[in-house]
Amino acid sequence: MTDLTQAAAQPLLKVRDLVKSFPVRSSGFRGGRGLVHAVAGVSFDLHQGQTLSLVGESGCGKSTTARCVVRILDPTSGQVEFDGVDLGTLDAAALRSARSKFQMVFQDPQASLNPRMTVGEILAEPLKIHHIPGAEGRERIRELMSLVQLRSADLDRYPHQFSGGQRQRIGIVRALVLEPKLIALDEPVSALDVSIQAEIIRLLERLRDQLGLSYLFIAHDLSVVRHLSEHVAVMYLGKIVESGTNDEVYEQSAHPYTQALLAAAPIPDPLIERSRDRIVLAGDPPSPIDPPSGCHFRTRCWKAQDRCAEEAPVLADPGIGHLVACHFPEVSNVIVQQPVDFRRPT
Amino acid sequence: MNEVLLQTRDLGVEFAVSGGAVHAVRGVDIDVRRGEVVGIVGESGSGKSATMLALLGLLAPNAKVHGSASFNGIEMIGAPHEQLRALRGGRIGMVFQDPMTSLNPVLTVGRQIAEAIEVHQPTLRPKRVMARVQELLEVVAIPNASERMRAYPHELSGGMRQRVMIAMAVANDPELIIADEPTTALDVTIQAQILTVLADLRSRTNSALVIITHDLGVVAGVADRVNVMYAGRVVERGPVEELFYRNQHPYTAGLLACLPRLDTRGRDLEPIGGAPPLLDHLPKGCAFVSRCKVAEPRCHDVDPQLRDVGTVSVACHVAPAATSAMKAMKAVDA
Repeated sequence: MTDLTQAAAQPLLKVRDLVKSFPVRSSGFRGGRGLVHAVAGVSFDLHQGQTLSLVGESGCGKSTTARCVVRILDPTSGQVEFDGVDLGTLDAAALRSARSKFQMVFQDPQASLNPRMTVGEILAEPLKIHHIPGAEGRERIRELMSLVQLRSADLDRYPHQFSGGQRQRIGIVRALVLEPKLIALDEPVSALDVSIQAEIIRLLERLRDQLGLSYLFIAHDLSVVRHLSEHVAVMYLGKIVESGTNDEVYEQSAHPYTQALLAAAPIPDPLIERSRDRIVLAGDPPSPIDPPSGCHFRTRCWKAQDRCAEEAPVLADPGIGHLVACHFPEVSNVIVQQPVDFRRPT
Repeated sequence: MNEVLLQTRDLGVEFAVSGGAVHAVRGVDIDVRRGEVVGIVGESGSGKSATMLALLGLLAPNAKVHGSASFNGIEMIGAPHEQLRALRGGRIGMVFQDPMTSLNPVLTVGRQIAEAIEVHQPTLRPKRVMARVQELLEVVAIPNASERMRAYPHELSGGMRQRVMIAMAVANDPELIIADEPTTALDVTIQAQILTVLADLRSRTNSALVIITHDLGVVAGVADRVNVMYAGRVVERGPVEELFYRNQHPYTAGLLACLPRLDTRGRDLEPIGGAPPLLDHLPKGCAFVSRCKVAEPRCHDVDPQLRDVGTVSVACHVAPAATSAMKAMKAVDA
């Protein structure tokens, strides 16, 4: 994408028309069965060594997309191709062995680590499942522990004996122990305090560079995404509404929803924050059980016309260099560029 | 300068736990003047919520509160329950983080707001109460207010529920609104809506607003003055621009340096390193000493008190040299 040789190479992860629906009972005493289209046709590529972030608000389908990619959930339809192999065609045994190459880190390290297992046992679990011999496994665990700055002695302790940031390091080691190529990170820092957040972000950056990892990063915090990713896809109600490189999406956004999101995300700088143009969207996102016709965003969009209700916009490049799903795209920079120094001279 | 509405002096909170006490708040002096927006920022466990809950008399029974908090000259610490009840929801409105757990699930939102009015204005006629409820829902920009009054909390979205909470908080025209992480549970576009509602209300009623948050971006946008809390203390305070641009405490500077920002890319984040001290095992000197890059020997022995340095007040022995020393170290690293 940024680099021609890379664009020509086969992507590590290729997702096409991914759909995931969940059955729900609609409201009312004898409500009939309905479907929530959590992911409603999502396509993207992720190249080796890169980070693609899926951003959006609660219920936009970003986590479900990641879970379908790593096959915690089976997609309703669509393809997920990893390293040239369509995961949908694999039987259970083949999928299990393929899975060692794509792993996941979860939001809440408290909930995703078994409280009754020691850290050593937790980290040995994936190795056991994938029949990796004990000596080799122990060596790997030891290396990874030092890579994330935990001590070997920590292997005998239990998750509750660690702080939130340390627990997230353990979650990361667990994901790394099978030497994966891709890690799906589902809100890995949003449960952490800011001073701890920075450490985990730095660690993720370092691991990506040292181990050549690729990240599918799921987050709602647009500042963290700005910092960590090369490519960004913005989701709304199960669909990607805009995607491009980091700078394209942040500085030349063309979708009204992207612009509203960026305008609403606060910047910790009073002079900038108070001089920004606000776009305050009306209302809440509609229910994914019964999404609006045409463009899903039109009920909150200040540009909506009749056409938006009739015809769903397709994700395409309107001649701006990146992809937008809007009938009336207009490039605009809604965040103000500022010098990097955090303490401005008096 | 406006008159002081709320003043805490040496406010402290201890929680009795098995084998000792957790010192959650350790001598906090905060002033809130009429009509101003005061931000209280800090990370989990810094004591920012406990400070406000203490003066409202809303802490659990195992909490021991000492010091003073006066509202309009009325001492709140140790005040009789009836007196505190009259203030809470009356002259002091409160908004909490999670509207789902703060609202009663089996009463309509209209009924709950009506209750808030009736408790404080018992002689008001039912018709007038309901008219006021509808008016309040309109003030917080809930569409179809007359219909939504009859909705139960679960029928409303998170943003709408938080608007209901705000309507309750302002039902009796409070002089002070205390909002504890009012937007933390909300998505960013909804957060923007709620902050707009709060700002509109505040300027319309000229009430003071205390906003407790971990989000420095929110504070940058709304606060007039800011208190930064760490391990139960205010470690730095000042007008918002002074605090962001001319801060003196290594912790404040460290927080700003470790935040990723929407408007910059490629800047290295500088983690503070370490973790806050345990509140039942506080060090003798400065609570930040183990994480401080510019600590001196005296920082280990003597707990620094807030003092004026430049345009801010800061609890640091090394200030005003602290932040320039940090900058110099950064330059050497680079």
